[in-house]
Amino acid sequence: MHALKKSLLISLWFMFLTFPIMVIRVNTIEHTVIWRWNNLILIGIGSFVLSLIWPWALRRREASRAKDSTAQAQVHILDRLAANKNILRTVIVALLALFLAIPLLGTTYQTNILISFLLYVILGLGLNIIVGVAGLLFLGHAAFYAIGAYSYALLSQYFGLGFWLALPLGGLIAALAGLALAFPVLRLRGDYLAIVTLGFGEIVRLVLENWSSLTGGPSGVSNIPRPGLMGMQLDVAQANIYVYYIVLVMAMITIVAVARVKDSRIGRALQALREDEIACQAMGIDRVGVKLMAFSLGTAWAGFAGVIFAAKTTFINPASFTFFESAIILSIVVLGGMGSNLGVILGAAFLVLLPEYMRAFSEYRMILFATAMVLMMVFRPQGLIPARGRIYHVDDPDAHSSNGGQA
Amino acid sequence: MHAVLDVTAVSMNFGGLRALSEVDLQVHSGEIVALIGPNGAGKTTFFNCITSIYTPTEGQVWFTPQKGERTRINGMKPNLVTTLGMARTFQNIRLFKNMSVLENVMIARHCRTKAGIIGALFRPAAVPREEQEIVEQSYALLKYIGLHTYMNEQASSLPYGAQRRLEIARALATEPSLLLLDEPAAGMNPQETEALKHLVLKIRDEMDMAILLIEHDMSMVMSLAERIYVMEYGCLIAQGTPAEVSSDTRVIKAYLGEDAHA
Repeated sequence: MHALKKSLLISLWFMFLTFPIMVIRVNTIEHTVIWRWNNLILIGIGSFVLSLIWPWALRRREASRAKDSTAQAQVHILDRLAANKNILRTVIVALLALFLAIPLLGTTYQTNILISFLLYVILGLGLNIIVGVAGLLFLGHAAFYAIGAYSYALLSQYFGLGFWLALPLGGLIAALAGLALAFPVLRLRGDYLAIVTLGFGEIVRLVLENWSSLTGGPSGVSNIPRPGLMGMQLDVAQANIYVYYIVLVMAMITIVAVARVKDSRIGRALQALREDEIACQAMGIDRVGVKLMAFSLGTAWAGFAGVIFAAKTTFINPASFTFFESAIILSIVVLGGMGSNLGVILGAAFLVLLPEYMRAFSEYRMILFATAMVLMMVFRPQGLIPARGRIYHVDDPDAHSSNGGQA
Repeated sequence: MHAVLDVTAVSMNFGGLRALSEVDLQVHSGEIVALIGPNGAGKTTFFNCITSIYTPTEGQVWFTPQKGERTRINGMKPNLVTTLGMARTFQNIRLFKNMSVLENVMIARHCRTKAGIIGALFRPAAVPREEQEIVEQSYALLKYIGLHTYMNEQASSLPYGAQRRLEIARALATEPSLLLLDEPAAGMNPQETEALKHLVLKIRDEMDMAILLIEHDMSMVMSLAERIYVMEYGCLIAQGTPAEVSSDTRVIKAYLGEDAHA
């Protein structure tokens, strides 16, 4: 009864709040006012129902969390799926086959969407090293994406460098730029680091925008050559498919490389840096070296993605590399699950493919998108697939008999 | 018996505050030395100075690892000090909380292993072998300290006493010649303290290591340490065997106040 009263009050409040924009429509030409009362009723009913469901959903979450901490028997369905090796392998093989076949079956439009999805996978995985594994809040990833893209664009414009030479160079230049950024911010952490990297991202964009003699300013660089396939001339659709396969291979290389780095001596040092800097140094890890490594390892992937992006669109300008881009990449990492590679891939799918395929509801697209983000953060803040520590197995003949010492 | 650690006239100023004033201290190989004193006497500051987390304002810190040269370590980077052979635990536990118990120890093998980025990406045969060694050595240490059944648990989920022991295991994994323990028995019950005492003795005897510990538990200090240094207000006020120190009037005064008759 109390809940009903509360919901009623909430719905009244919302009806009052939205009254000016949803109900009154003033026509300034004919000087008439239209009262849309049925909008008011819809909002009233909608907010009433939602405010009834909301506390129930929150309670359910609390209940499931309590169950988790006591028994740990009830594992989330996504966790369980990710934990099962066989299911995972089957899914990976099926997905790979699907991804290989898509450009041959689907339209150019489909291929384009998937190219941008895979680019975001590469970007997200790169950022995941910095944010998820090393725990450095980093808001300027788009800058390195831009540096990669402009490296290829300018190298090919001024020196006639081909795509295959520019790809490693773009990654290298982005990694060096990452190092250049890392040096002044070595002492910073958390919020302060976020602000400096945010500033760096803007600086890069503004330089690209204003250094007109070199970069072409706001009008960007056009006529960037598409990658050539052994001297063959490809038409636009074919070149697109070719770029798709390049980015697919690159994404797979990224996935393997990032997983390997994460699961190595260096990766453990990065995680130690995230957990506790002082203890990390006391364990003999060079804090400065590891931090520099985190930055350059993360930004190099953005450079690769940038080169491919420039080759795909054949035209780039600074407007493609705004702060919004960095925010999207960070959202991919946070939404997917910090430090979890599978999570980042799912996050990229969620944030890139969903808005694309929801174009049918184009007017409500951003609202749906925002709602989904909010719901996600309330009900699964650890991300779609949270990072899980690796389980180690050691062959120890008397592990079971000795039963763990005096602990 | 050579001095593993030789500290001469170390002082530390924080702005106008003199946290340490001309402290001299020696630890010889195979020795257990305790550093005691009331709260705020500067014991942890002293630890931070010799592990180079702070750079002392004045004075010298000399360190002689088991197989190495006598080296001046004040002002050196803390990770290099660890690489030389000095390992420590922390008063307020500083484990890598979101990582597993085994990984905590594996991280400490960092300074004794060398696989780099190229190794991580391309995995030449030496790298997986090194990884396997790290896992096995870390597991052996966990077993030594009695935590191997928890190896895949999250470090933060361990009980308090076990977390303190895990910190010791982690410090041992860096293969130190000198182990610094900052209040290892804090928050432990008497049984746990007793077990810890045996563990410290075992480490000293079996691993042939010098140990310097800060501790408030007097029964533990008196029965464990061969020599004791006492600090008050940043100065050393007494040093000697447990018997000498416990009968020193200045020490009694520092601990029990001006007019106490202990």
